[in-house]
Amino acid sequence: MRNQPPLSLHIPAPHARPGEKPDFSYLTFPEPGAARRPHILTPEAEMRDMPYSLIRVLAEDGRAIGPWAPHVAPETLRRGLRAMMLTRFFDDRMFAAHHQGKTSFYMKSTGEEATAAAPSLALLPGDMCFPTYRMVSFLMARDYPLANLVNQIFSNAADPMRGRQLPLLYSARDYGFYSLAGNVGSRFGHAVGWAMASAYKNDDKIAMAFVGDGTTAEGNFHEAMVFASVYHAPVILCVTNNQWAISSYQGIAGGEETTFAARGIGYGLPGLRVDGNDFLAVYAATQWAAERARANHGATLIEFVTYRVAGHSTNDDPSRYRPSDEARAWPLGDPIERLKAHLIALGEWSEAQHEALARALHEEVRAAAKAGEALGTLGQNPPPKREMFEHVFKTPDWRNLEQRRECEVAP
Amino acid sequence: MSEVKQLNVVQAINQALHDAMAADPKVLVLGEEVGDKQEGGVMGVTKGLSTAFGERVRSTPISEQAIIGAAIGASLGGYRPVAEIMLMNFIAVPMDMITNHAAKLRFMSGGQTNVPIVIRTMTGVGFSTGGQHSDYLEAWFAHTAGIKVVAPSNPDDAYGLMRAAIEDDDPVLFIENLPTYWTPGPVSFQKVKLGQAKVALEGTDATVVAHSRMVVEALAAAKTLATEGISLEVVDLRTISPWDRATVLASAAKTGRAVVVHEAVKQFGIGAEIAAVIGEELWGKLKAPVQRLGGAFAPVPFSRPLEAAFAPTAADIAAAVRKAVTA
Repeated sequence: MRNQPPLSLHIPAPHARPGEKPDFSYLTFPEPGAARRPHILTPEAEMRDMPYSLIRVLAEDGRAIGPWAPHVAPETLRRGLRAMMLTRFFDDRMFAAHHQGKTSFYMKSTGEEATAAAPSLALLPGDMCFPTYRMVSFLMARDYPLANLVNQIFSNAADPMRGRQLPLLYSARDYGFYSLAGNVGSRFGHAVGWAMASAYKNDDKIAMAFVGDGTTAEGNFHEAMVFASVYHAPVILCVTNNQWAISSYQGIAGGEETTFAARGIGYGLPGLRVDGNDFLAVYAATQWAAERARANHGATLIEFVTYRVAGHSTNDDPSRYRPSDEARAWPLGDPIERLKAHLIALGEWSEAQHEALARALHEEVRAAAKAGEALGTLGQNPPPKREMFEHVFKTPDWRNLEQRRECEVAP
Repeated sequence: MSEVKQLNVVQAINQALHDAMAADPKVLVLGEEVGDKQEGGVMGVTKGLSTAFGERVRSTPISEQAIIGAAIGASLGGYRPVAEIMLMNFIAVPMDMITNHAAKLRFMSGGQTNVPIVIRTMTGVGFSTGGQHSDYLEAWFAHTAGIKVVAPSNPDDAYGLMRAAIEDDDPVLFIENLPTYWTPGPVSFQKVKLGQAKVALEGTDATVVAHSRMVVEALAAAKTLATEGISLEVVDLRTISPWDRATVLASAAKTGRAVVVHEAVKQFGIGAEIAAVIGEELWGKLKAPVQRLGGAFAPVPFSRPLEAAFAPTAADIAAAVRKAVTA
């Protein structure tokens, strides 16, 4: 006879559902500047508090405080601000374009712009980023041509992916931005292999890979962590914890019991938990992990704690699964507003400059969208049919050639 | 090397890897147990490579997704990795890496990226290794655009196809047959172009199209049939994807009879595709219906007598050819 209740399972549930008051009480944060900054060569075993802390640099008043405050030139900060603002204008324009039927699909990065813009500027030329689909600010920070993005999103004849890949699953290898895929998790493995190859070459280039909180549940995440740990691969592995994997809150991936940064502990990898809406904290953590990797001390796992302000994609309606005012209640603020306040506090920026930049970027996006529209939007002036038969292999074989003939496509 | 040597398949592939690594510093080898401290692979195919080439040969954890993922990443970094997935059934683990990434990256990146990797794997019935260690799964990959599939039947082709596969700029799956690993044969150390079949035996009455160990069975069947006055032509595909349609059709047109044989399960196997094409192209010119022989529609059994009944044999092939000739 047993004197215990019958077995039952725990099913994680979000803290607030539609109509309820937003509740982020499950996240407890140390004050900005409070997290310690271990030396980059510190053994992992002496840093096991870090995954449960939170690296924050920007204080409420815009000052950069504490040991993680990085030395960044104001010009670099302005570039970061510009990239994040450009991303937001671009997202808004393209999201609207979807409603107008100009593209089939879009995903916004709103709220998460710092997690990609800051690494883009902290990495060195030749390093390689293995991104997720919410990281267009990485490309914006490197002045990637908006035309390439627009033409892919509109799927016209100038699409650099030639009509073969979804809108916004970009490839920009020359910009240190590896091909995106919607099959989440695979990039962790590719990044580790790329980093191992860099070490084989005795090079000094490192890789940086991103997955979302939901993808930490994938086998690829763990296998890549094993490789990164075993070989001390020069790679920075990042989890962008934006609280939501489509409509599944981060607890479904295991974030309720521990932090995603703490996943590193089981692999002997340092885990840093970072305020993802704090441009300077993201920049500083990236630099720390990059220096450690370049010093042959191997991989770091970084969790960027942020919030996905928009829906997962144009196919998603977040009002069905979370309070509509949840974004406003997010305790870590807006990355653009926070960096702007910092630059103003430094005396390196002003409201007037900000407004002028906003107007200029708005116009830049409008012009790029108009140029793309002139080339064609969804269904108009599409890539030629022959694109289906090229790049399947380096050289088309008889199967490609025969099907091309059957489609009556001239070589 | 221009001289001809007697080697078995293990030695031939080992020599091919050795020669490729010596010729190109960008060739890497990775996989479970491939280093000499781990005895150079479970069957010794990679023996001596880590001693000769040091860090370029990497024994890995048991992480098939990470093995293929790392190979893809290293290829992006300018290398030509040869990744071993020890047994073909284990390839189910990294299928996403192979079919969604390695095979598609060139296409889906608009041509920015290519993945020049070779995936070595061994398989085959005959050693009582059971249904989770014996399957021929070539059809899964022949059905995927963007990856080539190679399966040699003898040491000479094993050498030549491996050298060509490593030099190829697209991903190549290289299937090795376990039970014929130690069968010796002459090796001429010449590269064998991918996509080209070989007429392993010339004949006039019927054509058998086969690959890997089934070529050995077909050649044995040909000996028996010769004593009965039946002249069999054997086409060794060597490359399954892209398969050499021209050579197969020329042979079938010449003999007027075709039997397609593979060890993989018959249903939806590559024999169905080849038989269909022969039928489409040679309609009205054949003297008998195209036949297919393949493994049973069941997992490969462990028990020796059951396992022996799983795959086509020389006797099965001879019987099918007799049926065709008397049709």
